Amino acid sequence: MPVKEEKIEVEGEVVEALPSTMFRVQLDGGHSVLATISGKMRKHYIRILPGDKVKVELSPYDLNRGRITYRHR
Amino acid sequence: MIVRKSTAEIEKMAAAGRIVADTIAHTGEHLERGITTGELDRIAEDFIRSRGGVPTSLGYRGYPAAICISPNDVVVHGIPGRYVVGEGDLVTVDVGVTLDGFIADSAYTFAVGEVEPEAQRLLDVGREALLAGIAEARPGNRVGDISSAVQRLVESSGFAVVRSLVGHGVGRSYHEDPHIPNFGEPGRGPLLSEGMTIAIEPMITAGRPDVYVHEDDWTISTEDGSLSCHFEHTVAITAEGPRILTHATAATGTPAADREGSLLR
Repeated sequence: MPVKEEKIEVEGEVVEALPSTMFRVQLDGGHSVLATISGKMRKHYIRILPGDKVKVELSPYDLNRGRITYRHR
Repeated sequence: MIVRKSTAEIEKMAAAGRIVADTIAHTGEHLERGITTGELDRIAEDFIRSRGGVPTSLGYRGYPAAICISPNDVVVHGIPGRYVVGEGDLVTVDVGVTLDGFIADSAYTFAVGEVEPEAQRLLDVGREALLAGIAEARPGNRVGDISSAVQRLVESSGFAVVRSLVGHGVGRSYHEDPHIPNFGEPGRGPLLSEGMTIAIEPMITAGRPDVYVHEDDWTISTEDGSLSCHFEHTVAITAEGPRILTHATAATGTPAADREGSLLR
């Protein structure tokens, strides 16, 4: 049975809010990525601000872009 | 964290591996036009249990059957049921067995009766790709050496490598670190070292590499409906090089499986 691998989940801190609800996130690993907000978070009007600790989903094919899927308390 | 195994533990995995290989061969012997995948699953489960093993997939994350049987455009995780095997089908049998606390995992795509020449070519390339990957499984190499060897062989033959499904470490758990993609750059990724036990499993398609998950949340098929094949061995990385643990015990193993094992002993 193979492992299904579509995305990589990482943790980071939001550094900057950019136009079109994009964010620059500094990952715990050191890299910074450009991230959007996931549709589920938009649906629930969850706001993201610089300084927030978030969970980011990265595609294995483009490690410079991600999707914010969770904001920690 | 990558867990390495002792010599004794590798022998335990080899014992599980022999049951896996024999189960695949046994299931393959019953694979013919008219049989249902549900019947094949029962045959496989009975065989595994008769050898003292437990089918690892049963109940794993809720999986409802003993093994995976994936025909034609189904790449992996086909749930055995009412599907009737037909002439010319490519049917993948993916088996995991737990014995004495250790797991071995292997898969083989069988051709049912006469198949199209391109389908046969897909199978030949799939087997070659697995062998090419296994040849790189030696101490000092990296996962990327395995991945790129598989990718180069498959793509130079005009076929595609599925991206979203990967091989994996295996041992006391079905899926351990590291992930072993079937695409990548040589010299990249985790270091391979003696004692590692990994499942190398090229999954390739005759069309595009994209796949989707069915509504049953398990079955994964090619998006463009193209044929796919899947070959897998559990391999221990030893100082002397790769050792296939999912090797058939007797001549009842498929000729290809026996040859693959003996080539790398």
